[in-house]
Amino acid sequence: MFKARNREFFRDRAAFGWNFMFPFLIVAGFGVIFGAKSHTEYKIGLFPHETVMVAPAETDIPNEFSQMRYIEFIGIPTKTEGLDKLKHHKIDFLLKLGDPPYEYYVSDASPKGYVIEQMFKASLIPPTFKTDAQKKEIQGTAIRYLDWLFPGILAMNMMFSALWGVGYVVVRYRKNGVLKRLKVTPLSAFEYLSAQALSRIFLLMFTLVVVWIGCDFIFSFTVLGSYVDLILIFFLGSTSLTALGLVLASRGTSEEFTTGILNFISWPMMFLSEVWFSLEGAPQWVKGASRVFPLTHILTAVRKIMHDGAGLMEVSVEIAILTLMTLAFLGLGALMFSWNK
Amino acid sequence: MAALLEINSLVKKYNTVIAVNGASLSVEQGVCFGLLGPNGAGKTTTIEVIEDVIPPTSGEIIYKGKPRTASFKDEIGIQFQTTSLLSFLTVRETLETFQSLYRNAADIDNLVELCQLGEFQHQYNDRISGGQRQRFLLSMALINQPELLFLDEPSTGLDPQARRNLWDLIQQIKQEGKTIILTTHYMEEAQYLCDEIAIMDYGKIIARGTPRELIKQYSPEMTVMLPTRSFDHSLDRLPLPYRKVHDTVEIKTNNVNSCLNLLISKNIDLSDLTVRSPSLESVFLNLTGRQLRE
Repeated sequence: MFKARNREFFRDRAAFGWNFMFPFLIVAGFGVIFGAKSHTEYKIGLFPHETVMVAPAETDIPNEFSQMRYIEFIGIPTKTEGLDKLKHHKIDFLLKLGDPPYEYYVSDASPKGYVIEQMFKASLIPPTFKTDAQKKEIQGTAIRYLDWLFPGILAMNMMFSALWGVGYVVVRYRKNGVLKRLKVTPLSAFEYLSAQALSRIFLLMFTLVVVWIGCDFIFSFTVLGSYVDLILIFFLGSTSLTALGLVLASRGTSEEFTTGILNFISWPMMFLSEVWFSLEGAPQWVKGASRVFPLTHILTAVRKIMHDGAGLMEVSVEIAILTLMTLAFLGLGALMFSWNK
Repeated sequence: MAALLEINSLVKKYNTVIAVNGASLSVEQGVCFGLLGPNGAGKTTTIEVIEDVIPPTSGEIIYKGKPRTASFKDEIGIQFQTTSLLSFLTVRETLETFQSLYRNAADIDNLVELCQLGEFQHQYNDRISGGQRQRFLLSMALINQPELLFLDEPSTGLDPQARRNLWDLIQQIKQEGKTIILTTHYMEEAQYLCDEIAIMDYGKIIARGTPRELIKQYSPEMTVMLPTRSFDHSLDRLPLPYRKVHDTVEIKTNNVNSCLNLLISKNIDLSDLTVRSPSLESVFLNLTGRQLRE
């Protein structure tokens, strides 16, 4: 059995090749995006500063603070913008540029903010500055990290379920002959794909509602906007992700190759769509690249509704993009679909 | 009687391999038509092209006097050689799912009764025995009350009881006036069920007719069989062509009476005599040879 399984694996050329290509592409991709430098743990916003790129040595930041490792300084033009990013956990600490006494902002809901505050205070020399540094409160309701993270986890779960539940399953059905059996019935490809999509969307929405209610019962999430708007965005998002799953399901009979392709799409989407961490401070092209993923737009819209109380008009750009993506994926999936190839 | 289905000069190529090489045949309404051939002869490919599972490279398929239309799928029922089914559905749920795909669907209770699915209709479709599975697949092929039924090796892998049971079921369906196209490796099955037979080899139809016609044309001889001990050292002087198979002597003859008279005249003991009628199997072997096919 050992030999047989190895032969099976080595002779499935697509899957075999992909096993090497996938880690290589992921490593290369992350290398390009994040560079060879270590992962930045803390993001410090500096205002007022016109450009995102900051040369700390040319500012009034205490030397001891600017030279600390694992800290990234991000220029922000206005205080309002800075506070908004701080509130949404896109930065951990906000500092006003200028001579002492320093004015800084930190969210009490952010563990990283607390650590960076202690590091900042420790770097103030002479010690009298420590008493001069003024901590300012953030106005409005503080958003806990969990509030920020929760929609990301829900959307990520939605993504995996849509891509695997449709993409992988249909490829398996093609391989084992279920699709062949269905092909000889009057069922059209459009009807079959619609049924697959609707079933998955229903399951995604059902899961979402159950998980939301369960988690909200325990953690009491803050939702400033409308629940109806949230449901609408999640519905559009699940439709879009399911449609992407249909594109992946449209061809192929190798489950292992399809697994590789699914990983290749889902991993970068998970890391670049701000599920776990913000892309604040990342190069502009990385932010641009993240916009090709539906998950980015789902999360942007959901977080705006949850944390800023935005209405549908304020997330109309995300709605339009998700709608266009859905239509494009559905069209491509239907065009490429084959019952037996 | 008018042909329900006509196939003209059908060709199916896969790159350089010619799976079907200009096959032509016609199937009349209400008959059970058998398509026989060794492994790799092109039977399943021919059937799948007719069923519209795969497209032909060239050739013509005429159904009810016209090229197939979209309604063709409504009028045919198919039992594939191997079929996977949707997981975690019971036999009845699977039938209900397929029932919903057709406008003119059969009543499930009638199908359950006809195909004897009652005792396992509420079991998951992957937890039934081989015989139950074949009856279930046949019921699925009948779900749309088809006029034309394709059965691709329906009894392969079944024990004799289950096979006989399936044959009776197919006979019953045949009596309802349905047209059946059957492929099989079992000559006994073809002889029992088929009104007309075509034998395929290397992608071509090499013979066709009723079982009786084929036997008469391609293997008319009876076989007289006697144990070698009956000849008591006189076998070498036997004035008839014969074949020795293990401890049996086989004599092919068109005239059993004269053969027996000759044996009696030579004082050969006939007490263990067996006479075998010509069969479809001998036709098949005469036409396609005895060489092993992969």
